[in-house]
Amino acid sequence: MDLKSLTKLSDYAWRLEPRGRMQVAAVVYASRALVLDMDDKVAEQLSNVAGLPGIVGAAYAMPDAHWGYGFPIGGVAAFDPAAGGIVSAGGVGFDIACGVRTLVATLSAEEVRGRAVELADALYAVIPAGVGSRGLLKLSVRELDRALSGGAAWAVKEGFGSASDLEYIEEGGRVAGADPEAVSDFAKKRQLEEVGTLGSGNHYLEVQEVVEIFDAKAAEAYGLVPGGAVVSIHCGSRGLGHQIGTDFLTRMVKAAPSHGLSLPDKELACAPAESELGRTYLGAMRAGINCALANRQVLTQLTRDAFQSIFPASRLRLLFDVAHNTCKEESHEVGGRKLKLLVHRKGATRAFPPGHPELPAAYRAVGQPVIIGGSMGTSSYILAGGADSMRLSFGSSCHGAGRSMSRHQASKTWRGLQIIEELRGRGIIVRSASLRGVAEEAPGAYKDSAAVIEASHHAGLATKVARLSPLICIKG
Amino acid sequence: MPAGYETFAHKADVGVRGFGASLEEALEGAALALTSVVAEPGRVRQVQSRAVSLEEQDPELLLYSWLSEVVRLMDTERMLFSGFEVHLDGPRLRAELWGEPLDIARHEPVVEVKAATFEELSVSRDAGGTWTAQAVVDV
Repeated sequence: MDLKSLTKLSDYAWRLEPRGRMQVAAVVYASRALVLDMDDKVAEQLSNVAGLPGIVGAAYAMPDAHWGYGFPIGGVAAFDPAAGGIVSAGGVGFDIACGVRTLVATLSAEEVRGRAVELADALYAVIPAGVGSRGLLKLSVRELDRALSGGAAWAVKEGFGSASDLEYIEEGGRVAGADPEAVSDFAKKRQLEEVGTLGSGNHYLEVQEVVEIFDAKAAEAYGLVPGGAVVSIHCGSRGLGHQIGTDFLTRMVKAAPSHGLSLPDKELACAPAESELGRTYLGAMRAGINCALANRQVLTQLTRDAFQSIFPASRLRLLFDVAHNTCKEESHEVGGRKLKLLVHRKGATRAFPPGHPELPAAYRAVGQPVIIGGSMGTSSYILAGGADSMRLSFGSSCHGAGRSMSRHQASKTWRGLQIIEELRGRGIIVRSASLRGVAEEAPGAYKDSAAVIEASHHAGLATKVARLSPLICIKG
Repeated sequence: MPAGYETFAHKADVGVRGFGASLEEALEGAALALTSVVAEPGRVRQVQSRAVSLEEQDPELLLYSWLSEVVRLMDTERMLFSGFEVHLDGPRLRAELWGEPLDIARHEPVVEVKAATFEELSVSRDAGGTWTAQAVVDV
């Protein structure tokens, strides 16, 4: 991205002044080096977002922003429904509420290492992963509708996990206002056997070691200790979310002229939040969020079962569950006024600050855990929502490092077996159904997340708490 | 130029492109390219068929809807397809998809396609009469 087009606000914040169709400015949170490395398309896409009706504040790019569809990945934008604000299917994306949850084990990494192969095999046996995998559950449409309304709370009722997990999920594990009726039959059909599956691509389940603590107070609140073992699960809303995205993208593109919208890019597909289509999408998209929450909750119980088959006394406590591709109704103060806004986070993580009323009591003094997944073989990070995050970015931070190399190039550069051997040499056990999949997800195909984490930290979006290093990786 | 297909690199995802002497051939090629993202099409036997019919005035929306239907059928039917026969009648598309149930050991599938996107979505015809249909797909 061209530095000349930006006004420097600080070492980690850059402003693109409104021009052309932009109604508000765009702000990029990144170091100089990260900005220089960002695709020009990020600026173009941010400018397009800044021109959508009802946008408030600014269009934001997180430090890991890269060229996405319509919105940049790592993009945050809030719209005021009362002022004609829109909701955008493109702004949420296809993998609705794709996210990460981290579980803290009552085991040390040393204990895990002692039986790592057995544990990897036990996890691989129970976690449905990869293309075409089907879940343990075969749901009727009626039962699926209950999951779409109930989210993780539905899964708990079905025996997956415990009620105490729910407090540690955004919005208590269940988003209100979900409307299963607004979800197409096609979307439901894609999901009937996919609840409790990991998916493929960059989705994974990792057993990790806490290797570094940056913030002792927050780490204590989160229950993270050096040398402790944790588990992170990265997956989304599976076929149902993908189909909701597909269905509404088309509907919004076609309806745009009737809403008086001219879209510079079809992927910006949106509708006024208060229009019938806008409301229908919100109902369907919230069902998609609940689907993702139910999915991660079911996988959590399968993970606990696998752990207990090897370590009968072990317990896995849910640290937190964050979602990356969402649109959420939230209260924010803008220009001294309290507004109910629709905050779109596309490849961005909610990062509520210390003291936020929606945080669980145990974390209120230190802020919301923000989980940043690495790629296979690289570090993941736990951050805490920054004190000033609401003002800076509607309470948002980065979500990961992103790719530096296309899948194409990665599969030509590496072989799956070679990657698995290299990782084994470093003490990391990989289990995957697809060797080419492993090659496409090679650690070298991803950017180093450290620079992105530093930028989030120094910009004040979310501050560093702990670094995690992988021990076992179940690749989707 | 003979009908064909290819994939192209795109940041986090991958693009699919089909070309041929007619729009039908280009659409068939784009679908074959989509299959190739998941698995080697040569390993997919054509033993069962599924039908698709849809209607879109805008050629780009037609391509998007066509690829979306192929994605949906791969997922809901748990199948891979390697034969596509597309017939166009103005804005109406009818197609037969030939393939077989997913066999993880034999097909060695790499990645699921989540959805077709509007990114780099285009339908065009060059001066030599060759049609090209392409889009980035989300994986």
